[in-house]
Amino acid sequence: MKDHFTMDEPQPRVLDETKQGVIGTPMDRPDGARKVSGTAGYAADHKVEGMAHGVLVRATISRGRVTDIGRASVMDLDGVIEVVTDPRMTRNPAQGMAGEAPVQPGDDVHYHGQPIAVVVAETFEAARDAAQRLVVTYRKEDAASDPDATPDTEVGDPETAGDFDAAWAKADVRLDRTYTTPSQVSAAMEPHAAIAEWTDGRVELRSSLQMVRFNKAELADTLGIDADRVRILSPFVGGGFGSKLGLGPEAVAAAIASEKLGRPVRVVMSRQNVFDAVLRRSETRQRVRLGASKDGQLLALSHDDRVSNLDGEGFAEPVSQASQFLYRADGLSFTQTVARIAATPAGSVRAPGEAVGMVALEAAMDELADELGVDPVELRLNNLPDTHPMDGRAFSTRRLADCLQDGAARFGWADRWTRGTRREGDWLIGMGVASAARSNMLVKSAARVRLQGDRAVVETDMTDIGTGTYAILSQIAGEMLGLSPDRVDVRLGDSDLPGASGSGGSFGASSAGSATFLAAKRIRRDIARKLGCPEDALTLQNGRARGDNREADLSELIDQELVGEAEIEAGKTDESHFSAGFGAHFAEVAVNEWTGEVRVRRMLAVMSMGRILNEKTARSQALGGMIWGIGTALTEEVQSDARDGHVVTRDLANYHVPSHADVPGDMQVVFLEERDDWANPIQTKGIGELGISGAGAAVINAISHATGHRTYDCPALPDRVISSLAP
Amino acid sequence: MRPIDYRRASSFDDAAAGQIIAGGTNLLDLMKIEVMTPDTVVDITRLDGLSTIEAEDDGLRIGALVTNTMLANDARVRAGWPLLSRAILAGASAQIRNKATTGGNLLQRTRCPYFYDTSQACNKRSPGEGCAARGGAGRMLALFGTSDQCLAAHPSDMAVALAALQAEVEIRGAEGRRRRVPIHDFYRGPGDRPDIETVLDRGDLITAVVLPRPLEGARQTYRKVRDRASYAFALVSVAGSVTMDGETMSDVSLAYGSVAPHPWMDHDVVAMLEGERPSDALFQRAADRLVPDSAPHPDTDYKRTLLRRTFIATLRQLTGLGDATGTDIARTHG
Repeated sequence: MKDHFTMDEPQPRVLDETKQGVIGTPMDRPDGARKVSGTAGYAADHKVEGMAHGVLVRATISRGRVTDIGRASVMDLDGVIEVVTDPRMTRNPAQGMAGEAPVQPGDDVHYHGQPIAVVVAETFEAARDAAQRLVVTYRKEDAASDPDATPDTEVGDPETAGDFDAAWAKADVRLDRTYTTPSQVSAAMEPHAAIAEWTDGRVELRSSLQMVRFNKAELADTLGIDADRVRILSPFVGGGFGSKLGLGPEAVAAAIASEKLGRPVRVVMSRQNVFDAVLRRSETRQRVRLGASKDGQLLALSHDDRVSNLDGEGFAEPVSQASQFLYRADGLSFTQTVARIAATPAGSVRAPGEAVGMVALEAAMDELADELGVDPVELRLNNLPDTHPMDGRAFSTRRLADCLQDGAARFGWADRWTRGTRREGDWLIGMGVASAARSNMLVKSAARVRLQGDRAVVETDMTDIGTGTYAILSQIAGEMLGLSPDRVDVRLGDSDLPGASGSGGSFGASSAGSATFLAAKRIRRDIARKLGCPEDALTLQNGRARGDNREADLSELIDQELVGEAEIEAGKTDESHFSAGFGAHFAEVAVNEWTGEVRVRRMLAVMSMGRILNEKTARSQALGGMIWGIGTALTEEVQSDARDGHVVTRDLANYHVPSHADVPGDMQVVFLEERDDWANPIQTKGIGELGISGAGAAVINAISHATGHRTYDCPALPDRVISSLAP
Repeated sequence: MRPIDYRRASSFDDAAAGQIIAGGTNLLDLMKIEVMTPDTVVDITRLDGLSTIEAEDDGLRIGALVTNTMLANDARVRAGWPLLSRAILAGASAQIRNKATTGGNLLQRTRCPYFYDTSQACNKRSPGEGCAARGGAGRMLALFGTSDQCLAAHPSDMAVALAALQAEVEIRGAEGRRRRVPIHDFYRGPGDRPDIETVLDRGDLITAVVLPRPLEGARQTYRKVRDRASYAFALVSVAGSVTMDGETMSDVSLAYGSVAPHPWMDHDVVAMLEGERPSDALFQRAADRLVPDSAPHPDTDYKRTLLRRTFIATLRQLTGLGDATGTDIARTHG
């Protein structure tokens, strides 16, 4: 029996009443030792008897058709088994939560870098060599790869509230700025990889995937088989950031090659493959218009954007997502344009929308504050909406004002000097602020909890992509069952287990955590019955049950396994209330006035993001996001060749994620106490992506405060900063 | 990577038998992606006498197999040629420097992404094939010394420092004779054969790099500007050594990195500076002389501005004209 729960009304704060006391503690992750000692088995680590090795072959034209795959050019090489092509092979990973096959292009080529075949050999080295040597013949077609030059653009309908044009006309101060951000990649440490093996018509796939429930459906649909013939295992994922939401072409290639050759096949992407064929974040061009009255009230707010993607992909970077609920205005308007280009397709990369959209919005707010002569913190505080500006929903909880004020006090904001007036040697010093916001979601999730004596097991197909799922689910189950978390085993990433949300959109902890909570809650009911007390009188702590003057050790009381399974999904609270995480980022930078180099000297984020389940893993998530913010502001940029769309920065020497030296030692994270009763029964909000949302803007705004000049193109590389100094 | 014959050299003469490998930090990457496809690789790391730093006259003789880590941390180098130590530490990562050797560093290949991508035409990789970088994305390409055939820049930091220090490369020829070549004569421009990057002949082996006597009391720095704070190739770099005699610059040596197919030097600029008092006006005039009027690729036009500004900032700090707060200026002492 599975309990089904719909989030229709605010929920009591059970986790504040339970007695184990492990929720929120900075507990070490139970899987940590295995990860740092190399004994956690990632997808490609497994060795299967008889396994062959596949390497993907990429297309080297940007549009056209493969007329001859050139099999004969490599079949004589030592160790080569086969060059596998198949109409079921996919051109790119599935978009997040697709649950169906990605585009299957057959012999057609849609972008430079598209996987068109997999060479299978007895060794990885032989397969890689053959994939390099394969002589493929194409029939080329013309295609536009430059988003600025393509004739194929789709302009969406404006999303509006009030009358923007009228409000804009009334404004005393008008700011109209265009910003650009480049294409970015997730750059997860573990490259995408898969091992497939068929047994009795059933395929087992070990792959590095974030959303097993959806990935199972995607593989079944791709192969044209029933989902009950697919099992996916993804117990450890070496970073995802969105790039492993959907089933990837390497997994499809492994499954098809394994089926054709009748033996297990492993396909691991090279770093270059990852750049070529894994979904990137679109570059953006953003026009922000802010109109305000002289006294600093926003009247008009518009945020229009142009992003790109390949034909056939439904995803478009939701650039203005946070702009639609962060501030109030009489007239708001948002229009998105999608340029269709022949280039590596775009998809979800950490905090799609906010990660780049907030850079523009919050830089514009900073410049507006300057124009108005008001403090940037004050401008934000003065323009917070009472309800969601677009649809009127109430905010569930929102401590943005507290975050801004608390952060300003901690950071020494009051001591901020006039722009462009402080220097140390050749270095100009500045401080910047930005709001942080990221909408919160609850996604249908199931979990099962088993209790035998005083040991419990949590089972769900939820994944741990480095975020700490193993830790927090053991804490939730332990808290509910009165067990130390080290007496709770957590089994994840197996599609045979109850289906959860997976890891994405920062909704994993809330969604799978709530399912675990509800499953454990069901067991509490059974424990109460066994003890002979009402459920609300039951106290569970350190393996002991108490209630109505009865007491027993769980190890004796639970002589037969108790099983609870529960599923949760969003309901009416989502219609009545809008839930989002909020925060404030502060940054101090030094800018070299000669060379334009920027060094971040300290950063602070104050965040209100619901109940914190694990202070340590939450802090790590926030810090990671802030470092992404540094990368967005200063270093990260995919460069492509506008002629054919091919990625030029195909490795981590040329695509610059921040190095340790780019990240200051002084990185502070503060969580404000919060419970979101409208969000889910454990009162949490998403954490991971709030850290990046707005962080880059704080750095960009600090640069402008240091130099007295603004940069509108990210990242603020040395030459761009110099250009802004001497335009 | 293609199957190779691996041989371990037991004598200098064995080195001629194939592609030499020492640290392998660049070669192995290039072999994996089949930009370089040698049939035979000769490992010279067991050869005697190439792994030490020894005093020679008043200078130092640095064996070709001395690692970047060992060289950067050598107390004599840090005292007498601090510019070299700083340049090495500005490059790569600790792990790579532990493996990379002095000789190998000089011979590392360009990081032009078109050279690394076998789907793109590259005259350096395949002479006569064409140059896809021309008209492509070229932020890292060169500013000086390019040819119609090749726009690539040399990525080494160490070699730029060695150029400024007027070091020599010691080469053992196939017939066993040793010769010494100044660094600035060691590299050749791309011309119509960008695949040929140095004066090394078949069978030649770099055995050492030789530093001349240190300049007592010189102020030295290696100023590297890049797209992130660490672990990135330079956009431009300036290796500088200036000795002041009272209020004039008596001895000036400058070399520039990531702006040419090899460490770039301009003797006219040095001549403008030596014997003069430092001033902003003089440095501006010298920068006018140094920086070309146009860039060979639109994407490197920014390097004209960046080189100019980095050059002036570095000279200001080396001569005390500018505040050196937050920078890394060393004074040599023997």
